[in-house]
Amino acid sequence: MAAFVTKRLALALLVAIFVSSISFSLMFLTGDPAIAIAGEGATEADIEVIRRTFGFDRSFAVQYWDWISGAASGDFGQSFYFNQPVVELLAERMPVTATLAVFSIGFALLLALPLGILAAVKRNSLADRLSLALATVGQATPSFWLALMLIVLFAVNLRWLPVSGADTLAHFILPSIVLGYYASPSMMRLTRGGMIEALRSDYIRTARAKGMLPRTIILKHALRNAVLPVVSVAAVEFGFILGGSVVVESVFSLRGIGYLAWESIGRNDFPTIQAIILVYAMIYVCLTFLADVLNAWIDPRIRVA
Amino acid sequence: MTTAYTIQDVAGPSPRSLMWRRITGHVGLMIGLGGLAVVVAVALLAPWLAPHDPYAQDLSRRLVPPVWAEAGSWAHILGTDALGRDYLSRLLYGARVSLLIGFFAALGSGLIGTTLGLLAGYFGGRVDAVVSFLVSARLALPVVLVALAVVSLFGGSLTVVIVVLSLLLWDRFAVVVRSATKQVRANDYIKAARAVGCSTGRILVREVLPNLGSTLAVVGSLEVAHAILLESALSFLGLGVQPPTPSWGLMVAEGKGMIFFDARLVAIPGAAIALLVLCINLIGDGFQDVVAPQGAS
Amino acid sequence: MTNRTEPLLTVEDLSVSIPVPAGILSAVRSVSFTLDRGETLGIVGESGCGKSMMSMAIMGLLPRHVTVRAETLRFEGMDLLGLPERRLADLRGDRMAMIFQEPMTALNPLLTIGEQLMETFRRHRAAGRREAREKALHLLDRVGIASAERRLGQYPHQLSGGLRQRVMIAMALMCDPDLIIADEPTTALDVTIQAQILALLAELQRESGAAMIFVSHDLGVISRVADKVSVMYAGSEVEGGSTAQVFGTPAHPYTQGLFRCLPNSGLVARGAPLGSIPGVVPSLIGDVSGCMFRPRCPLARDACLEAVPAAAVADGHRARCVALADAAAAAPLVQEASAP
Repeated sequence: MAAFVTKRLALALLVAIFVSSISFSLMFLTGDPAIAIAGEGATEADIEVIRRTFGFDRSFAVQYWDWISGAASGDFGQSFYFNQPVVELLAERMPVTATLAVFSIGFALLLALPLGILAAVKRNSLADRLSLALATVGQATPSFWLALMLIVLFAVNLRWLPVSGADTLAHFILPSIVLGYYASPSMMRLTRGGMIEALRSDYIRTARAKGMLPRTIILKHALRNAVLPVVSVAAVEFGFILGGSVVVESVFSLRGIGYLAWESIGRNDFPTIQAIILVYAMIYVCLTFLADVLNAWIDPRIRVA
Repeated sequence: MTTAYTIQDVAGPSPRSLMWRRITGHVGLMIGLGGLAVVVAVALLAPWLAPHDPYAQDLSRRLVPPVWAEAGSWAHILGTDALGRDYLSRLLYGARVSLLIGFFAALGSGLIGTTLGLLAGYFGGRVDAVVSFLVSARLALPVVLVALAVVSLFGGSLTVVIVVLSLLLWDRFAVVVRSATKQVRANDYIKAARAVGCSTGRILVREVLPNLGSTLAVVGSLEVAHAILLESALSFLGLGVQPPTPSWGLMVAEGKGMIFFDARLVAIPGAAIALLVLCINLIGDGFQDVVAPQGAS
Repeated sequence: MTNRTEPLLTVEDLSVSIPVPAGILSAVRSVSFTLDRGETLGIVGESGCGKSMMSMAIMGLLPRHVTVRAETLRFEGMDLLGLPERRLADLRGDRMAMIFQEPMTALNPLLTIGEQLMETFRRHRAAGRREAREKALHLLDRVGIASAERRLGQYPHQLSGGLRQRVMIAMALMCDPDLIIADEPTTALDVTIQAQILALLAELQRESGAAMIFVSHDLGVISRVADKVSVMYAGSEVEGGSTAQVFGTPAHPYTQGLFRCLPNSGLVARGAPLGSIPGVVPSLIGDVSGCMFRPRCPLARDACLEAVPAAAVADGHRARCVALADAAAAAPLVQEASAP
């Protein structure tokens, strides 16, 4: 187990470093970030001042080292636009996005697991077809559009829920449904496929031969085996939810990290963008690492290997 | 146990006609193909089908309601937008943007992913480790965010969006092609080809690649759908295809401000995206069922 | 509890049919036998002959779309086909237990050995964890697993194939069943382990007095454990009788063919080449009538196309062959078999 964890940890660290260099180089994609920051109509002198102020005149390696060593100690620099340390910005906005992400993945699991199990147990039944249809439509619906349609339905016509903002937990219901629904199809399909495979296996036949009741067979014997890949995918989907929060937060005016990213991109606020990409990537890396460990915990075969 | 019995020693129809029957008998696949054919036809024939110029503004005829509304008329079947442009015409032309971006982004990412997957699967060892690492790194990057940032730097245009999406969507190709290549590589005929001294490149292109056809088709269709969805999201956020180009995502964004008065402006283009993506996904899923029937039954 | 004169298990005219895309597959056709406590019935036949299908049918483990029909299927005085699924589940693992062929896959990889043993006991007995644990420990010890305490906490992948099969056996015995169905319990094992497991099964059965149905394709294994034998071919019993009868004087051409494939059966002279039965097992889909062995049988004749009734060869020894109906034909049959 220890060797397994160390190996996965090393890989995660390597990925983090690699991703950080990518997110840092984004700024230099067009050649000179100073020009991008200065915007149209800036004079050569203006650009020169910006270049000097932000240290763009130094070599790439020096700048990267500066940035990454800062980032490692929690200093992502100063936001160009907000004139405030990026870390503070992130800390202010994080609770909103974290709430949204947890609600969303919760909703996704609540939708995916029962429907996936039901679809597998009652294969080719109406329930199976309906949940498959729900998943297929979910995968095809653009999240921003679903968000707007739900706003029209629930917030404007039915007046059940607030349209935008993040003042109460009720404000998170619609955004979480949108993100969760979008994340659920892959988990639902995996649960269904895994359950079907598990239910077909010899150990299920053994359990039936022992007289185990259907509930025990499904929930104890089959689900445990079927849920392994779902755990990994839930971690991946959690990362996608964070990424997708840009779109949904902007529609619902939830002032979280995604909203911040959208604002910063429009304003060429590079330190903020870089920090957000790095933080999201780090969260993703940590989650997949946790999923691996969790899988090892559920599956004794991995644990020993 | 049961499998011992399912082997039938009855003479069956030829594989080709069997495949054809499976394709035409798959309801989802047929719906998807039909729907996609309609959208492709609309995109190609847009200049002849569209009743108006999609760019022509007429401020005297702003927000004309659609034909089914009381004040609507057949002159503008889906009404007009806030700038007085004919909505049906814009919708028809919008199909071009979605299809172009979907197809070329999937093609680009397919080229990158297939190459990496082939190399990883065929050579294994270090090459495999490097490719797996690249895939993990790519998955760690938040797609929407990075795409937004890059497009905003270069300015939104069809080409930029296609290139950016190509660079971001190759991971699934790589993963799937890698494992498929591994399986193919273990086959005897590949060993035979190597034994008679065929060059690696030749084996990869002549022997391995053709065997990945169905896999690539399935992943490809799913990535086309993925790219279309991403383009619409980028355009919706104002950082994809730029106005006045008629892109469905952009049309949703333009209609957003009017959503409380006229939900049609949002509902119609969004539904178009959803239906197109649904059709393509149905094709991908259906094709998977058809080429691997054991997973379907 | 049950009527003394009634056998533990009565199977009369048992048929299993499965709907498949090409039609109806008759996997088991009209099989009959009875079994008493302490008795072992060996069912022998090549794979696909319906022997596993039959044991699954008795256990009520076949999926719903499979049709199981029988004139009589009585176990401990109960009509198994008439029982609701829930009552059947109460019997399984408790009064009748099954040992499966694949010790690699038949145990749940994610549950400990202990959990899998104990859950059977706790399902059928109003017992706590401790009592179940005691029983599990006792049985692991009984099936010859050393350091049982430690094994309880281990997972199936940590055990060898032989150990896993011992665990399977212990699991079947958790509730002291009256009937044990062992479906190829030793097929996946090494020959030495196979012998140990066979000895163990025989010993445990003698101790508990349970009845056993032992399914195998291996004549040698069957001869060592079974009191009586039923030879199956393509879904029906072609020959049945006491082990001595069937092994001593095989009457059906198929049985004789099987023995000719064995080195030490006595039917093949030393140094002579081993036999094989030409042809393949026929399809069981659609209309199946007459003797299914006729395409491969050296004695095939027109009468084989008709339904063949079981003919008594000796007291308790029966075979389904038209050649046997003709007493004169029966005698040269055995000689002919040893002639080449």
